[in-house]
Amino acid sequence: MNHSRTDIIVGMFVLIGAICLGYLAIRLGKVELFGATGYVVYADFSSIAGLKIGDPTEIAGVRVGKVESLGLADDRARIVLRIDPQIKLQEDVIASVRARGLIGDKFVLITPGGSDKIIPPGGKIRETESPQDITDLIGKFIGGDLTSKKEEK
Amino acid sequence: MVSFLGRIGRFAIDQIAGMGRMFLFLVSAILLAFRRPAKLRLIVYHIKTIGVDSLSVVALSGFFTGMVMGFQGYYSLRKFNAESWLGSATALGLLRELGPVLSAFMVTGRTGSAMAAELGTMRATEQIDALYSMAINPIKYLVSPRIIAGLIAMPLLTAIFNVIGIFGSYVVGVGMLSVSSGSFFSGMENSVVFHDVYSGITKSVCFGLIITWICCYKGFHASPMATGVSQATTESVVLSFVLILVWDYFLTSIML
Repeated sequence: MNHSRTDIIVGMFVLIGAICLGYLAIRLGKVELFGATGYVVYADFSSIAGLKIGDPTEIAGVRVGKVESLGLADDRARIVLRIDPQIKLQEDVIASVRARGLIGDKFVLITPGGSDKIIPPGGKIRETESPQDITDLIGKFIGGDLTSKKEEK
Repeated sequence: MVSFLGRIGRFAIDQIAGMGRMFLFLVSAILLAFRRPAKLRLIVYHIKTIGVDSLSVVALSGFFTGMVMGFQGYYSLRKFNAESWLGSATALGLLRELGPVLSAFMVTGRTGSAMAAELGTMRATEQIDALYSMAINPIKYLVSPRIIAGLIAMPLLTAIFNVIGIFGSYVVGVGMLSVSSGSFFSGMENSVVFHDVYSGITKSVCFGLIITWICCYKGFHASPMATGVSQATTESVVLSFVLILVWDYFLTSIML
């Protein structure tokens, strides 16, 4: 079957456009083409202020997964992490919400534990550490212990 | 006094009737697009005129838009020592606003005006009436393929505009100024989410519809004279620009 010049030119155009669209959607928009890989674990925090869906999860600065969803469970913030399949999390790992720099993007840092037991897919990270609120810290710094005492009441 | 009121009323009725005609024109063009036989060959041809022929001008304007954003973004961000955010600033600006709107402007100027002039000339030289007399529905034959081609070509052009714009900003920010390549791309990848890409592409699909719809309508209903054709071309470009900007505002407020 022979195609006209127009067909071939349009085909090239559509291909280039689709490649650009694919780059934008997959590389920048982080669309998973073949379904999500990896397994999920839960973690409850008293506050996850500033964390967004899609923020990275890191161990020792290496990206091992991302935040899949945020929600509430019994007045605590529950986040669902999607962890790469080859990463094994020990039962006593500590998950903490950290910021890059003073006001930078938030991410979830997982500090490895020493236990022999591995958290199964769908399991829960028990030890969590909520982020330090920068305005809170400044308040404590300026007002001495006053603010923290007030909070404890 | 009564004649004054009458004139206002006449004006309002004419305007509303005109809007109704435009809307019915669009509805019939879309309905006829689904009726067999599908004019695949015509759609491909119009993707060529809308998409391929506008590619060079869209690429060029995208590249320079990106380079300007690189300079301006660097200049503004340097005041806060936040040059590393250049990548995300450029990518978000391009994906959400500038890419869809500017490439739609380019296509309007490049193809929309030609479309209006072509259909207007066909109207003036009675070719549209000839189609009627041959029992070919001119809306199905002339308008529907253009609208479908516009819906397909505009998002692709916008995606190309975005990628080339990001590259232009990279050339300026990383190549000429002192932003590091790593922070440019990682900032971009961290701050752009799928919703940004999605809202930009949705906008561009809407703009593709607006351009082909307005330009075909104005050309199709041009008064059959040389001045009628020129007037239809002018009106189609101006109205497309205005509608693109207004609709952009509404889409932004809905999807933000």
